[in-house]
Amino acid sequence: MTSRWTQGLGRLLLSRLFQAGLVAWLVGTLTFILTRSLPGDMAYRIAAGRYGYDMVDGAAAEAVRAELALDQPAAGAYFSWLWDLLQLDLGRSLVSGNPVIQELSHQLGHSLSLAIIAVLLSLLIGPPLGLVAGLKPGGMLDRSSEVAANVLRALPPFAVGLLLIMLFAVTLGWLPVAGHGSALHNVLPALTLALGLAAVSSRVARNAMADVSHSAYYAFSRTKGLNERQSFMRHGLRNAAVPVVAYLGVQFVYLIEGVVVVETLFAWPGIGHALVHAIVARDVPMIQGTALVMGLLFVMLNTAVDIACHFLDPRRRHA
Amino acid sequence: MTAATTRLSSRFSLPQLSSRQQLGAFLLALLLAFAWLVPWLFDADPARQQLTRILQAPSLAEPFGTDHLGRSMLARLAAAIRLSLGMALLSVATAAIPGVLLGVVAGWRGGWSDRLLGSLADACLALPGLLLVLLLVAIAPGNFWALYVGISLVLWIEYFRVVRARTQALVTSPQIEASRLLGFGPTMLFRRHLWPELAPQVFTLAAFGAASAILAMAALGFVSVGLRPPTAELGLMMIELLPYYHEAPWAMAQPIIVLFVVVMSLNLLAGKDPR
Repeated sequence: MTSRWTQGLGRLLLSRLFQAGLVAWLVGTLTFILTRSLPGDMAYRIAAGRYGYDMVDGAAAEAVRAELALDQPAAGAYFSWLWDLLQLDLGRSLVSGNPVIQELSHQLGHSLSLAIIAVLLSLLIGPPLGLVAGLKPGGMLDRSSEVAANVLRALPPFAVGLLLIMLFAVTLGWLPVAGHGSALHNVLPALTLALGLAAVSSRVARNAMADVSHSAYYAFSRTKGLNERQSFMRHGLRNAAVPVVAYLGVQFVYLIEGVVVVETLFAWPGIGHALVHAIVARDVPMIQGTALVMGLLFVMLNTAVDIACHFLDPRRRHA
Repeated sequence: MTAATTRLSSRFSLPQLSSRQQLGAFLLALLLAFAWLVPWLFDADPARQQLTRILQAPSLAEPFGTDHLGRSMLARLAAAIRLSLGMALLSVATAAIPGVLLGVVAGWRGGWSDRLLGSLADACLALPGLLLVLLLVAIAPGNFWALYVGISLVLWIEYFRVVRARTQALVTSPQIEASRLLGFGPTMLFRRHLWPELAPQVFTLAAFGAASAILAMAALGFVSVGLRPPTAELGLMMIELLPYYHEAPWAMAQPIIVLFVVVMSLNLLAGKDPR
């Protein structure tokens, strides 16, 4: 029994593991290029980050240079850079001086809670709407949800966020504009992301449901005497769920990109906000850390989707 | 709409546009006309500041009002549209040409070239697109070319994947086998058999790609890691005008509306229901 369920799962996980390695390599390489292309002397910059700008002298910079092998030729320095990354030695933030790992663990929680609330909210809005619309293609609900989805899709998350802020926070005054703290602070950023996600997932669910409700097996389930509800529960839901869940993987691109922008807009103390700040402050270790964590988060979410699809759809297991 | 797309795919000539696509083309034409006519008709410099006339409401002299530095919103919007559409066109062309050619090579030749190109595409896809663009922009902040390279690097993959999958199916089709047996060369086969089948899909991808290029540039401008002020760029204008929302809501709304119309027109032009 177990072998039937887990068949093909190993290969799937292996390819995701490979992707994770690729993410680490890509982020490591790009940030390495970044350190090498920084204007000025890197050793002085790092020394200034560690000891404060007033404490930097030639000796301190030389010490840093020797410690980080900055005087080494690029190839050797590149490998030791990647080696550090492999050991999860991400260094210290040049701005705050704290270890990057410590900063990240703090921020990851905030980002995750935002992302999870957003995904759950979008699943509450999108697929149910799409399923109902898909049962009657061309109906009122189908048409109006299509228009709404098209409008939302043409608005980037930051524009949606701005409009929500103006409506709910500034004009109506129901919710706080930005920041972090109470549960109410969650509402606007999560809703911003959720609306964008739901716009797509509702259409995917609608198309999937329309396909299913036009299929021969669905017609047969009705002719054999199941009522509308029974055939929907037994034959409709699971078949329509496969594309919706599979498409979540693609939507996570939107989610990760949205997290960067939405956190910045709402001053949310998460990883996306930290990444943008690190880029503005040229804080290379933090850029590396935040980009790495976001990339790995993306891979992890996709792995979860793969596993969910694997169990939802037996055809994939035997393919 | 499906009828239109099938008709479209069987033609080499100008594609028939569905009503949805016609609306998109109309909106896009309006935007283009606006963006390129404004500098001709008005004496408008997007960077000229007039600090005595800040945040003025729309009037006859300034049809769209002025921003927080007294710059003409009309001139800035036109410049921002030119920048966005120009960048989109450039990066779509840069992405589509190698994407299509490499896709054809990979789908046709198969074997190691397929595997090599496939893993190259996977490597570019490992990170979410905006993250890759952000990292490249971090290397050269405020640089248009870093933005352009990053966006093109993300966009080419879609063309590659779609074209590869389609080519794989087409190469074994009877009509291509027959043409091959008649001794036609690869250029001829591509022009006669592959391109007419691929063109509508490439066109759809190009329209969506242009929309996502514009959104990416605006997003980076919005989080102030993209292009630098005083460039007139839609995302940058939004974040610059945000603090003046109360005094000048119309100014704040303009870049949002323009971005919405630009992206909407491209999405409509793409035709198919975008997933």
